[in-house]
Amino acid sequence: MIEIEGITKRYGESTVVDDVSMVIEPRSITVIVGTSGSGKTTLLRMINRLVEPTSGAIRLDGADNRSLPGYELRRSIGYVIQGHGLFPHRTVAENIATVPLLLGWDDERIRARVEELMSLFQLDPGEFSGRYPHELSGGQQQRVGVARALAAGPNVLLMDEPFGALDPIIRNKAQEDLLAIQKRLGTTIVLVTHDMEEAVHMGDRIAVMDGGRLLQYDTPDRILAHPASTFVDTLVGASEKPFRLLSLGRVGDAVEEGPAEGEPIAADASQRDALAELLWSGRPALPVRNANGRLIGKVTVDGLVRRAACPA
Amino acid sequence: MGTRFDKLGAVIAAIAAYACLFAPFATFRANRIVPGEARSMLESLPPAAGWALMAIVTAAALVALLRTPLMLRLGASLAALVALAVLIGVAGSFLTPQDNTYARVSPAHGFWLLVFAFTLLLADVLTRLALSPWARMLTLAGAAACLGLLLASGSWDSLSILREYAGRADSFRAEGGKHLTLALGSLAAAAIVGLPLGILCHRVDALRAGVLNVLNVIQTIPSIALFGLLIAPLGWIAAHVPGAAALGIRGIGTAPAFLALFLYSLLPVVANTVVGLAGVPRAANDAARGMGMTGRQRLLRVELPLALPVILTGIRIVLVQNIGLATIAALIGGGGFGVFVFQGIGQMAMDLVLLGALPTVALAFAAAIVLDAVVELTSIRKSEVPS
Repeated sequence: MIEIEGITKRYGESTVVDDVSMVIEPRSITVIVGTSGSGKTTLLRMINRLVEPTSGAIRLDGADNRSLPGYELRRSIGYVIQGHGLFPHRTVAENIATVPLLLGWDDERIRARVEELMSLFQLDPGEFSGRYPHELSGGQQQRVGVARALAAGPNVLLMDEPFGALDPIIRNKAQEDLLAIQKRLGTTIVLVTHDMEEAVHMGDRIAVMDGGRLLQYDTPDRILAHPASTFVDTLVGASEKPFRLLSLGRVGDAVEEGPAEGEPIAADASQRDALAELLWSGRPALPVRNANGRLIGKVTVDGLVRRAACPA
Repeated sequence: MGTRFDKLGAVIAAIAAYACLFAPFATFRANRIVPGEARSMLESLPPAAGWALMAIVTAAALVALLRTPLMLRLGASLAALVALAVLIGVAGSFLTPQDNTYARVSPAHGFWLLVFAFTLLLADVLTRLALSPWARMLTLAGAAACLGLLLASGSWDSLSILREYAGRADSFRAEGGKHLTLALGSLAAAAIVGLPLGILCHRVDALRAGVLNVLNVIQTIPSIALFGLLIAPLGWIAAHVPGAAALGIRGIGTAPAFLALFLYSLLPVVANTVVGLAGVPRAANDAARGMGMTGRQRLLRVELPLALPVILTGIRIVLVQNIGLATIAALIGGGGFGVFVFQGIGQMAMDLVLLGALPTVALAFAAAIVLDAVVELTSIRKSEVPS
């Protein structure tokens, strides 16, 4: 659990983060979203004390984050930045081993951990261990960056626009991979982005910031349904709201009884994808199959349209 | 359609043709200060050797002129250079009358032009071969070994430069040692002072402009003027600071030379350290901090390794510059190869000037090749093309 309490950061006259308080639940993904200059990155960097707050306090699992020297604190918190920040003069394996090395793990343990992480991130250790970052594709570099941040098994992972440098197709894949890994490891993730789509897709909770202030901190569906201010509404994008709402739900939750014609859709696909498929193929309903490939019913245009309406 | 001629080869062949047919190969002088008499290639050598050299040079020039395979060009340039190197020694003994220790035979401009032409060919071939750093250093070592072998064999002993050397072998070694001590010592001192200063300048913005400007101004002072400027303060220190004189600090001699070279060396070292550190990717630096490296760990594990190629480029500039500049130290009694240069100028004996100048040039050349290779080795990971 991360408790942020009345945190403020001023640089001279300008207030970058203004009296922000929030509680981040353990094992969840919290996305801080805002335009540039909203203070979201500064807020993130105050959690691992890359930036020292002017006032206020941050507690990690109850302990004030100032009870340790900054560098020791940072070794216990994962950190991923835009453009990955890999060390160009170190191999993939050496990059991933950075924090374990700083913590003084023995060679055998480091080697085993590096191999474990590389496999987790679908990088064949035999092939990639000895490569240098410039020899990797953008997606591979991003995965190494996340693997490096997770090397010492931190409870908390801070990510500053981690997918910013990726092209859209690789970005989607990277987001899915991160969701799967988070589910598996149960890491608490705080992710900063300017992309509301990413926020809705990734976040268990979304914190919207503007001008250093926390405007709204809530679950994605509530942010979509009840934006706290016109700014949040604009950020969400009025014309996008129904589709974003649908993208939160799985097809499995919208299944109706009865048969339907044509190619079935997977129950764990998003309702938005199902609606897109319905509209594109001009069919009134799609059969739905579950993970075992068994047909469990259908989704209909009408049913999805009802779900896309603003919840009361 | 392209011609069958090589552009650079045409220049090389033209130089070689002129040097063979119209320029003197060697100069004969009755003693070391009278004007010399020019001797052509065929006059300088026994007939068989003369014609053989003519044939080798002609063949090599033809290989250069036409578009030929790289390996053939390499062989031709090496054959021509080795033949020239060996036969200039033969010319020396051939032209010198028996038991005459006053006569001087030295290579004339025809010889130097031929050496230049085929060195150009060799350099062109080596560039086109794109040798690895290690191969370049190995080539240098091979060339040095050949040179050493020729010198040790005594085949050049009858040449004027080695005649000058023969009478000064001891002082040549001593001055050579001083030269290296001056050049390398001042470099070491500049690195010891300049690196931390560069790091400080990188970290403290306020300091950077000031320090670099001061060093820039020092760099613009002509070397002789700087030697002169240092005489007064160092003389004062020697006279007034107890123990300073015992340490060898004096207004003239090694101390001001060392200090001047040190001051000249600071700018390249400091400036390149600053530039190298500024070139470290911001993201890498941020990540290093975000993962919990202390300031020191960040400097040693991320910043300095990434800045190393640029810093070494600064060291390379300093080393080559200092090897050359150390020659002038002789003017104020600092010793070094410059001693022979200035003695030679004083006595109008060009051979003696060359005795000082040639080793200086060779040293600077070798230092440049070695450090270029080292710079490439340290930066290879980032410049490599992804496979």
